[in-house]
Amino acid sequence: MTYNRCVGTRYCANNCPYKVRRFNWFQYDDLNIPAFPDFAKVNFQQDDLGRMVLNPDVVVRSRGVMEKCSMCVQRVQQGKLQAKIDGTTVQDQAIQTACSSSCPTSGITFGDINDKSHKISEDIDNERSYFLMEEVGTQPNVVYHTKVRNV
Amino acid sequence: MHIVEAEIREPLILGEKSYNDITEDVCKPVEGEANAMWYLVFGIASLMALWGLGNILYTVGVGIGVWGLNKTVGWAWDITNFVWWVGIGHAGTLISAVLLLFRQRWRMAINRSAEAMTIFAVMMAALFPGIHMGRIWQAYWVLPLPNQFGSLWPNFNSPLLWDVFAISTYFSVSLVFWYIGLIPDFATIRDRAIKPFQKKIYAGLAFGWSGNAKHWNRFEEVSLVLAGIATPLVFSVHSIVSMDFATSVIPGWHTTIFPPYFVAGAVFSGFAMVLTLMLIIRKVLKLEDYLTLKHIEYMNIIVMLTGSMVGVAYLTELFVAWYAGVEYEGYAFLNRATGPYWWAYTAMMSCNVISPQLMWFKSIRRNLVITFILSIIVNIGMWFERFVIIVTSIHRDYLTSSWTQFHPTFVDMGVFVGTIGIFFVLYLLYARTFPVLALNEVKTILRATGEFGVKMPAAMIVDKVENNSNEGNSSEEGNNVKEQE
Repeated sequence: MTYNRCVGTRYCANNCPYKVRRFNWFQYDDLNIPAFPDFAKVNFQQDDLGRMVLNPDVVVRSRGVMEKCSMCVQRVQQGKLQAKIDGTTVQDQAIQTACSSSCPTSGITFGDINDKSHKISEDIDNERSYFLMEEVGTQPNVVYHTKVRNV
Repeated sequence: MHIVEAEIREPLILGEKSYNDITEDVCKPVEGEANAMWYLVFGIASLMALWGLGNILYTVGVGIGVWGLNKTVGWAWDITNFVWWVGIGHAGTLISAVLLLFRQRWRMAINRSAEAMTIFAVMMAALFPGIHMGRIWQAYWVLPLPNQFGSLWPNFNSPLLWDVFAISTYFSVSLVFWYIGLIPDFATIRDRAIKPFQKKIYAGLAFGWSGNAKHWNRFEEVSLVLAGIATPLVFSVHSIVSMDFATSVIPGWHTTIFPPYFVAGAVFSGFAMVLTLMLIIRKVLKLEDYLTLKHIEYMNIIVMLTGSMVGVAYLTELFVAWYAGVEYEGYAFLNRATGPYWWAYTAMMSCNVISPQLMWFKSIRRNLVITFILSIIVNIGMWFERFVIIVTSIHRDYLTSSWTQFHPTFVDMGVFVGTIGIFFVLYLLYARTFPVLALNEVKTILRATGEFGVKMPAAMIVDKVENNSNEGNSSEEGNNVKEQE
């Protein structure tokens, strides 16, 4: 998802079989929109102090732009840059997404599926792995492991 | 063009018309004063248009969130209205291009107004892809313009981009075709104009038309060439619009039948709209002798034919949903018919499949009141068809966790009402300033298919023509008549 190029036709969201995309219906971070004073009560982005928690590495998207999980593109870029400085390839576990780093049960693994040394490659090759709605042919980047059942 | 029709055919021009009578009848609304009724209807349409413009500005100013959309239903009334208006715009080009190539003479009485309807309807349609964009101020990004962003080009794989090309090509070709046809008629108005300002305007519009044989020759040639260019467009535009849906992965959208099904539906709704407008125009402008019952019957037959094609497409979709055995698609169609939007599906089925079948009865397709009511019912049904295709397909797709309902807001409704208002404002202005019949073309069939033209002694027409030799086209008519002598 390249936010800068989006003109907001919402065609991708309609087409998304997972319905994971979210649209910026309004200019949520604008403090001065008179038409929507109620936003200030529910939206921390409209609060001067609240705005300080916004990630400085990620641009705040304007209204009319589609959003989706970018797999923490700012962390991926940072990790790739660090690997370049170190003169190596990106090492396993060097890049963590926000969700994978904070998951209390280590339910989420992030890595480079093209690199066989990464744990993610082992997880994908596991016989429990499957893609959600594989039959639609969307070739998603998210792989799930099916529940272990005693049947 | 001057082969006399068989007597068994109904005449296409009624009454004892001379060439001059045709000029008089068509120019009267342009030269005369508008009546109170016109001002009343124009006033109502203007208010609707203003209300719509206000709602459009509100949407652009505040954000798409003022519409009733949500994360699951990303398109609803906006694209429904877009497809509906584009569909309505289809009849004009079909009448002027396809019927020209097939040498259908009854086209001449309706093509001008049908093409005007096309132009205005496509303008209304083009509004929606614009205002449905989240960032309309970046709308020019959909055009493949040279730029300094990299250089970045639009995604040529996207059907939305094909839409941009299809609609803009269609609009420009229709506009040129319409304008070329208008030139001799503008010249006629120019030659009759008394007020200097009016004369100046129509002189500019007529492009120095003098009516000599060479001009007519070129006119005929250009018309034929443009008809050849426009004919594939009649079929391509709505095919491409349908690909917005057909190339997706959503059950109910992902259907190979869409291109022909959409084209048939477009012609169906377009002819219904032409009928609605024609029935008003022939009454208000007193053109019953030119827009005869036979014309209305022909159009009703096309409505019946394309309505039946649409009906077959609906049933084919249902059959394939069952026969293909894809459970998602099976559910999509079950949900259309029995889900929360069953009423929209019922409206679509009854208005589009059942109502045109009434046209099998000759007494019904020659009945003005029933035709008028049915023409409006067809367009209500076609609006619901687009709503059913768009909203009921996406509101419940693969994952039940994302199922929602769509509830329109007053802005959704205001924008739609507004486009109807703007359309009628344009159409009413057109009816007062443009020749609503292709008067010089209609004259070419007077001798052949006019009720009295066949029996009229040639000398009588020549006399009438010579009395009005100031008309821009008189030389051509004189030649034709002399040839027949």
